[in-house]
Amino acid sequence: MKVRSFSPNTYLICAIALAALILRAPAAHAQGQDRAPQYFPADIQYGAQIFASQCATCHGANGDLIAGVNFRAGQFKRVVTDNDLRATITNGVPGTAMQPFAFGASELTGLVAYLRNMNTFSAQGLLVGDAARGKTLFGSTGNCASCHAVNGKGPLLAPDLGDIGLLRTADVLHRTLLDPAGTMLPVNRMVRAVTRDGKVVTGRRLNEDTYTVQLIDEQEHLRSFAKSDLTEYTVLKTTTMPSYKDKLSAQELADIEAYLLSLKGVK
Amino acid sequence: MNRTRRTLFLLLLALVAPFSLRAQVTSERLLHAPDEPQNWLTYSGSYMSQRYSQLKQVDTSNVKNLELKWVFQAQSLQKFETTPLVVDGIMYLTQSPNDIVALDAKTGRAFWVYHYAVSPAARPCCGIVNRGLAILGDSLFMATVDAHLVAIDTKNGHALWNEKVAEAKSGYAMTMAPLVVKDKVVVGVAGGEFGVRGFIAAFDARSGKEAWRFDTVPDPDQPGHESWRGADWEHGGAAVWMTGSYDPDLNLTYWGTGNPGPDWNPSQRPGDNLYSDSVVALDADTGKLKWYFQFTPNDPYDYDSVQVPVLANANWNGTPSKLMLWGNRNGFFYVLDRTTGKFLSGHPFVKVNWASGIDAKGRPITTPQPPGEPTFPGIQGGTNWYSPSYSPRTGLFYVSAWENYSTVFAGTDAEYKEGTRFTGGANTTRIPGADNPTGQRLGPIDTYTEALGSGAVIAIDPATGNKKWKFDMHDVNTSGILTTASDLLFVGGREGYFQALDARTGALLWKQSLGGEIIAGPMTFQVDGKQYISVASGNSLFVFALRE
Repeated sequence: MKVRSFSPNTYLICAIALAALILRAPAAHAQGQDRAPQYFPADIQYGAQIFASQCATCHGANGDLIAGVNFRAGQFKRVVTDNDLRATITNGVPGTAMQPFAFGASELTGLVAYLRNMNTFSAQGLLVGDAARGKTLFGSTGNCASCHAVNGKGPLLAPDLGDIGLLRTADVLHRTLLDPAGTMLPVNRMVRAVTRDGKVVTGRRLNEDTYTVQLIDEQEHLRSFAKSDLTEYTVLKTTTMPSYKDKLSAQELADIEAYLLSLKGVK
Repeated sequence: MNRTRRTLFLLLLALVAPFSLRAQVTSERLLHAPDEPQNWLTYSGSYMSQRYSQLKQVDTSNVKNLELKWVFQAQSLQKFETTPLVVDGIMYLTQSPNDIVALDAKTGRAFWVYHYAVSPAARPCCGIVNRGLAILGDSLFMATVDAHLVAIDTKNGHALWNEKVAEAKSGYAMTMAPLVVKDKVVVGVAGGEFGVRGFIAAFDARSGKEAWRFDTVPDPDQPGHESWRGADWEHGGAAVWMTGSYDPDLNLTYWGTGNPGPDWNPSQRPGDNLYSDSVVALDADTGKLKWYFQFTPNDPYDYDSVQVPVLANANWNGTPSKLMLWGNRNGFFYVLDRTTGKFLSGHPFVKVNWASGIDAKGRPITTPQPPGEPTFPGIQGGTNWYSPSYSPRTGLFYVSAWENYSTVFAGTDAEYKEGTRFTGGANTTRIPGADNPTGQRLGPIDTYTEALGSGAVIAIDPATGNKKWKFDMHDVNTSGILTTASDLLFVGGREGYFQALDARTGALLWKQSLGGEIIAGPMTFQVDGKQYISVASGNSLFVFALRE
């Protein structure tokens, strides 16, 4: 998704701005809700890009072109809560030019985060990821494709990322790239099992209960074990996925994130 | 890498490679599915669609020792019509609307769940149901109620491709399990109550690209069109909503077709209305029509002929023959020559009064009932889509039947409007107090009892059309049938009992009340040397095996 073009120098500035943004505490915005929701920099950035391509035509870059609505000032006609905002975007406003938009959950999270933080968010700090470059990085420098498939193409031990753009928000993807172990869904942890006849099986856990465990092993076979048939069973807290904190530049991270966010399943 | 190290490396690779290959379901395995009875690789158990298994660990002497091993509870209150597949210890099943669940077949514990987001435009006529899957290689194939065909990775439940087959908002839907033939996935479309124009289509299993299409209602440039008047064909129906069969020697795939549209007003569509209520034999590579046989020309009763075509190799007049056996919704049991489509015999298996018999060419000798008088069988038919079974051991054809069941048909004019019902009928039933014309009711109380009719499993000798035995049920029988090499027959029914009968005599050997209507086909498989028998009832799938 590309909304503005920047010179290479601008990228450097943006990267520094992004780093500053990431280091900031999550932005909180009360807006009449019981509990102040948290908004995350990566979601705000994602939302800014969606806004620029989908919303700015009518609402204006500053969100103040529609009478009675001013996003920067937090002025809405009907919206009070974030859920109102999601509903208005999803359902549109009948009888007005505001059409329903079929955004996915991650996109809505981004848009809401951006609209709630437009006041403080500076487009100057916007680091635009390029999904096409991200796709290349996914298979090259990032080495993501050595473990992850996309829509069935690739190895299956790690989760297929073909619809990850629908399943994870920009913020979670960003944090996963920096700290994989910290955001991994517990069910996805690698496990090690030793059967009574001494065979060692390692794989990614798919499901577990008191008596049994299901996993996909390193040969990509679905396996189910009764725990009573195992002499050893360990859930590994570490992950084989590396942190990309020092491996990729801020721009490369943004590119990969843009690519991942563009993965919305097969059409 | 020096030579020694390289040799070692190659040796190691050769040792590891066989284990790292995924266990693929090749088209060759599908051809020989009956030879691996531990698995259930197609909707009907094999290309001959006999729902007959060579497993015989559970037999007539020990079937009384069956006990429940595990239950899968569907996350849906829709009708549960699925027949699972089992491949090398892993079960794949569908739950409404269009989810796929992969389970450990031994314990029922889940590996993964795939959820398909159904379009709000979907409008299947008769419930948001799905009957099962097809498999090839590492891909599962599911037809959806919004008329898409999707391919799913068997290992992780991830979608590989998604192809729109037809327009859901026009009333097209898909509820059947697809049929894989060679490298193609074949499906038909439902929508016979919405004035669709039916078709059967094949898609490349790898890419999802359409390979061929056969229109079940011919247009003005296609043979058979002369059986329609004017533009009636445009909304002529002949939907295809049950899985077909395949004869690899003849390279023919066989599919049953549904009612012409509008369902109950034949005066609105004079002519035979080809190829409605027929079986069509198509070249599996091209979809070209080899032959057809129409069971009910100009059908006024909604006698869909979508029943799964059962193929049998048996003697006919003393000659080994390629036969097709068909217990039709119109109440007649047919034997056809599946090489040529030639009619061999037709006999009623339930009370029938809409025809006095079948002539030498296979055409019904019709006896329409006076207005206001009941027609036997009624709308739901002498049987419906419930899978029958054929046992090569007993030589008998087994069908789930509705006996003494009728409807008072009354056709009315129907106006076609895209996406709305196009049925043309004000039918009634003679059941006192019945609130719908079909006499179908929901819930655990059998409110209509004997006034509706009753159910049965009927064992028919194909050679004579005679009933060999009959197992009576109080309520009507909506279940598929499974037979095994140990001469067992498994069947459910609307009452929610799961029963094992002696396939030779019809004697009841075992029963278990599962508490919910059984409107699916039982199947059997084996894991680690143990035979299991499964059936969906109510909203759960129950799996039985012998007590330890």
